[in-house]
Amino acid sequence: MTLYIFYFLSFLAVLSAFMVVYSKNPVHSVLYLIITFFSIAGHYILLNAQFLAAVHVIVYAGAIMVLFLYVIMMLNLNKDTEAQKSNYLKLAATVAGGIFMIVFIGSLKGVEKIENLSAANQSAGLIKNLGQVLYKDYMLPFEMASILFLSAMVGAVMLGKNELK
Amino acid sequence: MVQETMANSLHGVPINAYLTLSAVLFSIGVLGVLYRRNIIVIFMCIELMLNAVNLLLAAFGAFRGDSNGQVFVFFIMAVAAAEVAVGLAILVMIYRNTRSTDIDSLGKLKW
Repeated sequence: MTLYIFYFLSFLAVLSAFMVVYSKNPVHSVLYLIITFFSIAGHYILLNAQFLAAVHVIVYAGAIMVLFLYVIMMLNLNKDTEAQKSNYLKLAATVAGGIFMIVFIGSLKGVEKIENLSAANQSAGLIKNLGQVLYKDYMLPFEMASILFLSAMVGAVMLGKNELK
Repeated sequence: MVQETMANSLHGVPINAYLTLSAVLFSIGVLGVLYRRNIIVIFMCIELMLNAVNLLLAAFGAFRGDSNGQVFVFFIMAVAAAEVAVGLAILVMIYRNTRSTDIDSLGKLKW
């Protein structure tokens, strides 16, 4: 049962990822990317990482993709007539991407030896355990993330200004 | 025998399936960066690659029953959010200066 859900979510993720690349309209690309993100959130739930799935949906589908849509709306790119690469370059890109995928998957052979150390530890992804780890072992990185966000916010506002004095 | 097969899978999904899925998603991201000329779509493909890596990190964490992997995914998401905010601001600035989102309009540094 779980295996079928996994295959369905994987199929959905890969198909909509392809549609992100091949759809002509950038708005359609954003919408297909949201489908990909939702199926990845489903994968997180399959992996018993419920908190991660919730954060993923909130951050990616809720914040980042809205930002993308907003920028596309602001730049008024909602049309199909954008510059495309020549067919020759497109073929080269497809061949290069396909070869990259073959090499990547081929290099992952022999990893079936990975041991599942504690199959009984199904509660690793619950908020209780995750909060313990986050606020005990990763306290400093957690606080550094807030500084990172502050600097990102300042940077975005400065870049977005019309005229720098 | 049942124990042995269970040792390599979580709910019957083997780790190899997650490895392959992440590799395919990452490759599609690379393909998109090579294939498209629109900066926004290239940026979205970079997000796709980040998510493929995140998924694999979460999968390894879950297979080892370890919370640390998920905490790292959490931090990567935080960095990705900051990156998107700054990146889109840069993109809007590029659009203001060149009046296009074509990546080929940024060839000034090319020899």
